[in-house]
Amino acid sequence: MLTHYTHSLTSGPRRNTHLLLCWLAFFSCSILEPKKNTATKPEEHADREPKPYAHSDPKIAREIQAEEDEDEASRMFRNQYDTDVTTWSPAGRLFQVEYAMEAVKQGSACVGLRSRTHAVLAAANKAASELSSHQRKVFRVADHAGVALAGLTADGRVLSRFLRSECINHAFVYDAPLPVSRLALRLADKAQVCTQRSWKRPYGVGLLVAGLDESGAHLYYNCPSGNYFEYQAFAIGSRSQAAKTFLERRFEGYNDYTPDQLIRDALSAIKETLQGEKLTSSNCTVAIVGRKDDGTVEPFEMIDNKRIQEIIESMEAVEEAPVAAAESSSMQEDKGTDAAPMDI
Amino acid sequence: MGRFDPYENNGGTCVAIAGTDYCVVAADTRLSVGYSILTRDHSKIAHLADKCVLASSGFQGDVKALQKNLSAKELVYEHNHNKKMSCPAMAQLLSNTLYYKRFFPYYAFNVLGGLDSQGKGCVFTYDAVGSYERTGYSAQGTGAALMMPVLDNQLKSPSPLLLPARDAVTPLSESDAVDLVKDVFASATERDIYTGDKVEIVVINRSGSHRECIELRKD
Repeated sequence: MLTHYTHSLTSGPRRNTHLLLCWLAFFSCSILEPKKNTATKPEEHADREPKPYAHSDPKIAREIQAEEDEDEASRMFRNQYDTDVTTWSPAGRLFQVEYAMEAVKQGSACVGLRSRTHAVLAAANKAASELSSHQRKVFRVADHAGVALAGLTADGRVLSRFLRSECINHAFVYDAPLPVSRLALRLADKAQVCTQRSWKRPYGVGLLVAGLDESGAHLYYNCPSGNYFEYQAFAIGSRSQAAKTFLERRFEGYNDYTPDQLIRDALSAIKETLQGEKLTSSNCTVAIVGRKDDGTVEPFEMIDNKRIQEIIESMEAVEEAPVAAAESSSMQEDKGTDAAPMDI
Repeated sequence: MGRFDPYENNGGTCVAIAGTDYCVVAADTRLSVGYSILTRDHSKIAHLADKCVLASSGFQGDVKALQKNLSAKELVYEHNHNKKMSCPAMAQLLSNTLYYKRFFPYYAFNVLGGLDSQGKGCVFTYDAVGSYERTGYSAQGTGAALMMPVLDNQLKSPSPLLLPARDAVTPLSESDAVDLVKDVFASATERDIYTGDKVEIVVINRSGSHRECIELRKD
């Protein structure tokens, strides 16, 4: 029988196919085997979970703890379903996208606020070391719009280039500036693509898009998940909760604020995120865009250091006692519920 | 019937003169087709950067597209280099843009004027496919053949091939150069049917740009 077998194999070009198939079957069995073993030992993974950083503000630390406790059930499976972005978890979450949003929280703080006619972006500058220059966090995208980013600045740089080219192409075809809502939409669509391709990863940067168009001044927040929301005022990045708390107390009056008042509030919000460190013109960047009362447009521009220093000094001169915020902060993005963060 | 002709000549003349610290760029405002006038009020001048102005005669459809193209490229440059384009940089960009369409050219006869990075006046003159040269003065368009001899007579400097190198820019004052431009347009308007109506004169100097419109013969 063996001789019969080899005889048929040696005839013709297909002699090795059977051997190859047998070999492949054995090989794939040996490779697939280990993965099955991990599924039966979920307890081990709880130890390997990275511990969340302890937040300095006790109220916020408690909130994080509450969230972690609720996550306990799903935590057991977290590491199995987080290998690539195209894998859902049993709870209906895309962990890679959520991890990308964590990257935004690690970046240094950025703040945006707007009135009916002006929008202001401010960022806390962080240098990689004392010897280096600080990261650029605020980018002009067009005369009427700009972005401030938090997270992986390299991703942010690439996205800024994309936004600039979108604005230029729109203006070329329509002879009009790209409305800010559509700019935010283009960015969100681009981010969504990266959440649905197995060979890509989500952009690790959150962008505050501020701009002026026919319907007034606008501020949007674009997340790595592809979601975007419009805000009156918002803060992102590390220690941004302090800035958000500050803005929540005051945002209701922002529509009627003058540009100067907006800049002051932006600087105060950034000051909150510095938590103790002195606010100077060298550790923050502020940019403004808007339409003046006479109808002329103030194009998107960074405010120069000298003016920022003057404003900071005049703010310190009229320093008021910080208002104690007793109630828990109601964030516009709900993070502690069963719903995944990006699905609001 | 005859094949579709993608081009048409809308006529007009453009002139630029470079001075020691200023540049005058001027173009008439008549838009014609055949023996008819389409409008007496069409600007052939585009401000590409704050110290750089382009005047183009020829087919105004192509001119408009060329101006938009250059404006978009200038914006990209600004984003990448954090400064507005200088006139010599724009000159090279214009040349490359024109040659890019070597086998279906922009029917545009261009004159680029402005201040270079040292603040001296510069004029660049082009053909339809991007060949260019920095000169002290130039005229392009239907009335160019009538204007150039007069400009040569008034402004021609010794050959740039001579040593020591002589400046191509004219030693004339700004107001004298503007007067010369007005005279030269008035002369060309007499004999060129495509030139007339108004001349738009833009002067670029250290303090920015200034524009005036002078009436010409309307026949």
